[in-house]
Amino acid sequence: MKEIIKMREHIGDFAENKDVAKKLRIEKIMPALSNHNDVILDFKGVSGATQSFIHALISDPIRKLQDVAFNNLFYKNTNDDIREIISIVYRYMQESLGDIE
Amino acid sequence: MKIFLSNQGYLRNFKSFTESLDLSHPDRLEITTHDKWVTVHPANLVLAAALAIQVGKENTEIKGDVPDSGRYLDRMGLYGLIKTPSPFIYHKNEESGRFVPIKIIKTSEDQSRFITDMIPLLHLSEKNTTIVKYIIGELVRNVLEHSFAENGAIVAAQYYKKTNRVSIGICDTGIGLWKSLQNFWHPKNDISAIKLALTPGITGTTRREGGTAENAGAGLFFIKSIAKITRNYFVVYSGNAEYTLLKHKKRIKGMPRLYADPDRDLHNESDIAASFKGTLVAVDISLDETPGFNDLLASIGDVYDKAIRERKRSKYKVPKFI
Repeated sequence: MKEIIKMREHIGDFAENKDVAKKLRIEKIMPALSNHNDVILDFKGVSGATQSFIHALISDPIRKLQDVAFNNLFYKNTNDDIREIISIVYRYMQESLGDIE
Repeated sequence: MKIFLSNQGYLRNFKSFTESLDLSHPDRLEITTHDKWVTVHPANLVLAAALAIQVGKENTEIKGDVPDSGRYLDRMGLYGLIKTPSPFIYHKNEESGRFVPIKIIKTSEDQSRFITDMIPLLHLSEKNTTIVKYIIGELVRNVLEHSFAENGAIVAAQYYKKTNRVSIGICDTGIGLWKSLQNFWHPKNDISAIKLALTPGITGTTRREGGTAENAGAGLFFIKSIAKITRNYFVVYSGNAEYTLLKHKKRIKGMPRLYADPDRDLHNESDIAASFKGTLVAVDISLDETPGFNDLLASIGDVYDKAIRERKRSKYKVPKFI
């Protein structure tokens, strides 16, 4: 099973609204990943994103589901900026895995 | 409260501006200007606007003669927030500048609408639009999420053709950085709170590395780093403290080195500013100096990772040698 999320339909041209990111994460990404389904985040028509938005979208799946998130989350039609921000979040989340408050 | 808008309203002078403010008697606001010429950065403007909104239109006035250059205050919307009528008469369609007038943003929907509708007023290239959207997106979100400001985020921006620079100011009259960081970080004073807020990975919502599901503590560090790489000024003012990142000198070749510790950056700071209940962040971006946005992000991301790695390593248990 695949969950395809067309980001532009939810956030328009620029991804900065963290409320939307949280909603997508809770209602679509986490349930699909928890069932070991693939999730494809399609950024077609999205020109940019803030680090905060991407963090709110994918940091929790990475922290809680780890390999399931790494294996089953896919990013499509990302421009260089969005690709870089997603990579930054992947790097620092892996650096911080296992840290406790 | 009294604000004097001088003929030197640039970010490099923001420290002296904060030290000159009189924020006593918080029930009324008097604004005066230089009698010959007034120059304001969006930072000065949003602070005046935020305080005017807080005390109410009826309790805010501009006193004394305002020079002709004060027309800019009208164009940016300041007269709409005060009881003094504008002395300037002109047709709105004479507005040929590239600016975003004072805007109040209270919800994430307001924020998205603002970014979609207002940023095009600056008429920037696609690359530069992305940077401005990024900065405003992060800073406004900080206000909405952490400031508990009843009046929301007050935003203004200006493009300066001569220097090919965009200046942005964002201000709130919420709880301020010191209070926002109290739960998890206990900063001892306002300047410590500002420096903590500028440190990568520090968020007011947790002490855990990587942050919470919603917050990573990266926003202000990213914006400060963008200002440094584009060799410009960046300011944070909260409580009685103020931090100004100074311009990285042009004669030093190559991309400026980024530091996780804001004390290592060339900066001015003050802990004797007038005590401001809220937070102001302002930044200048020189568009000539802006590398590809993804290159810029990659450099910032590397420093961010390193900071987390080093902080995590500092928590490691050490062998007990006897």
